[in-house]
Amino acid sequence: MANLVEVRGVTKTYQRGSETIEVLHGVELDIPRGDFVALMGPSGSGKTTLLNLIGGLDKPTAGSIVVDGQRIDELSSSDLSRWRAANVGFVFQSYNLLPVLSAQKNVELPLLLTDLSAAQRRKHAQIALTLMGLEDRTQHKPKELSGGQEQRVAIARAIVSDPTLLVCDEPTGDLDRGTADEILTLLQMLNREHGKTIVMVTHDPKAADYARRRLHLDKGTLATSDGRGSEP
Amino acid sequence: MRYLPLLWAGLFRKKTRTILTLLSVIVAFLLFGLLQAVKVAFESGADTADAKRLLTTARYSIIETLPISYLRRIEQMPGVVGVAYAEWFGAKYQNESNAFPVFAVDPGRYLDAYPEFTIPRDQRQAFAKTRTGAVAGKRLADRFGWKLGQKLPISSEIHPKANGDLNWEFDLVGILDAEDPAVRGNTDVVLIGAEYFDEARQTGKGRTGWYIERIADPAQAKTISAEIDKLFMNSPDETKTQPEKEFAVGFAKQIGDMGALVTRILAAVFFTILILTGNIMAQSIRERTAELAILKTVGFSDGKATALVLAEAVLLLFMGGGLGMVMAAALLPPLNGATGGRFPPLFVSLGTCLIGAGIALTLALAVGLPPALRARRLRIVDALAGRR
Repeated sequence: MANLVEVRGVTKTYQRGSETIEVLHGVELDIPRGDFVALMGPSGSGKTTLLNLIGGLDKPTAGSIVVDGQRIDELSSSDLSRWRAANVGFVFQSYNLLPVLSAQKNVELPLLLTDLSAAQRRKHAQIALTLMGLEDRTQHKPKELSGGQEQRVAIARAIVSDPTLLVCDEPTGDLDRGTADEILTLLQMLNREHGKTIVMVTHDPKAADYARRRLHLDKGTLATSDGRGSEP
Repeated sequence: MRYLPLLWAGLFRKKTRTILTLLSVIVAFLLFGLLQAVKVAFESGADTADAKRLLTTARYSIIETLPISYLRRIEQMPGVVGVAYAEWFGAKYQNESNAFPVFAVDPGRYLDAYPEFTIPRDQRQAFAKTRTGAVAGKRLADRFGWKLGQKLPISSEIHPKANGDLNWEFDLVGILDAEDPAVRGNTDVVLIGAEYFDEARQTGKGRTGWYIERIADPAQAKTISAEIDKLFMNSPDETKTQPEKEFAVGFAKQIGDMGALVTRILAAVFFTILILTGNIMAQSIRERTAELAILKTVGFSDGKATALVLAEAVLLLFMGGGLGMVMAAALLPPLNGATGGRFPPLFVSLGTCLIGAGIALTLALAVGLPPALRARRLRIVDALAGRR
């Protein structure tokens, strides 16, 4: 299967005062289209940094990142914004919904950047929310939803513009086991039935079981790839 | 328009805070609308002054009178195409609080000098023909319920009749108006016939308060003014002639420099609003750092994030400013009624609206730019990680 993501020799350093911290050291990674990858490793190993680079939220200090044939590390800030809007959906541990907007309006947010009419935006958002089983919660504000429901709204927002790639940073970190399983099942469904390529950072081995394969990062280096698929 | 719900939701994220801020902006612009109307009213004399009109008063004080015999001599001056004159009557109607200006004039000459005043032709003729005739400004007539043909009993504060009686009676034969609202303020007067007035009064016969000259060429105003004054130099009644606008400005400044006073008050008000709104906007955006990071994450560019924050400030200031101005416009008509025509009409002019919009935009940029630039510089990964 062709690679959707190609990471070549990526290094990322941060400046903390006078100290330069190298978080990633020459990472090499290929993620085939349609893959579901669990990115694991101890705290500080660089998982989130690598995820942010693949999602175009940050740029590498050295090396290149190609996603779906596009060299994203060379894009300007505004081009990178446009690219993210069209190609990537994001799911975070703390959901990151806008508290003042209803579930429907939160899901519509990425569509504000498209040419869709208000009616079309509404329709697309309703489809995404229905896919997440939230058709009866569209007008609820985030504070009126449970944690699991909030995360499902966040996933609906991530998929509403039909991106190729989903990047998820500890998507079940704030959820109980049962709810976490529901969310992971949804992600698995998006991967298997809708062909979404998913890169998920997690500490949780049980969560990683839902992925097709696991990658381990340690001290900024991609250590191992067990390559196994999972059938929880 | 597609971002309006997002802006609205962001603005009213903390309803109480936003409503209180909005109220302070409304009050500031309400004050602006009211005070600016007062300023415009004070300056309306100068604004509505005709460059082709000169005013001649006694040299040392406008309360001194001039001989009526000056009329012919001024009329013969080259460049002067018409001369009118007027005398202050100082009137009250019914009681002390109903005071308004009454001028004793030559009807034809005076109305020729002020073509911006409107009066039906038959009423103008009646005014010229009726010895005890009077015409009243429409607002005054409306206020007191005067009707054409009725007797107008008014008393003078300074001019008794030959028998010493201060109470006069005139016949209302015309109503004076103007199309321009700014000029309409100048019609808040009663004009009476100078011929009858001069015959009937006890003192000051043969004299008038001031002359109004119409000239052919405004460029010659200074020269003609000087020539008129030269004509009466070293006489017992020396004159001071000046363009009408200069006279109006000087007269308004005798009360006080209203423009400077209003400007200073409003500067203090808007400076307070700037500090208050700026602080609240900055606080509001600081609280939403993570939300702005999310907007950027889903594809909002740095420029769009900047524009959203700026637009929020613009929305707040224009909403408050607009409501304040509308309230000022709504409050002024009853206020005009309360002044009873003793003050030029107060209204929110188009110029005031444009200045208000300019102030709102300037304030919005001043309070919106710092947080907007902060939003522009916001790094997504730092904001999401709680490193601001």
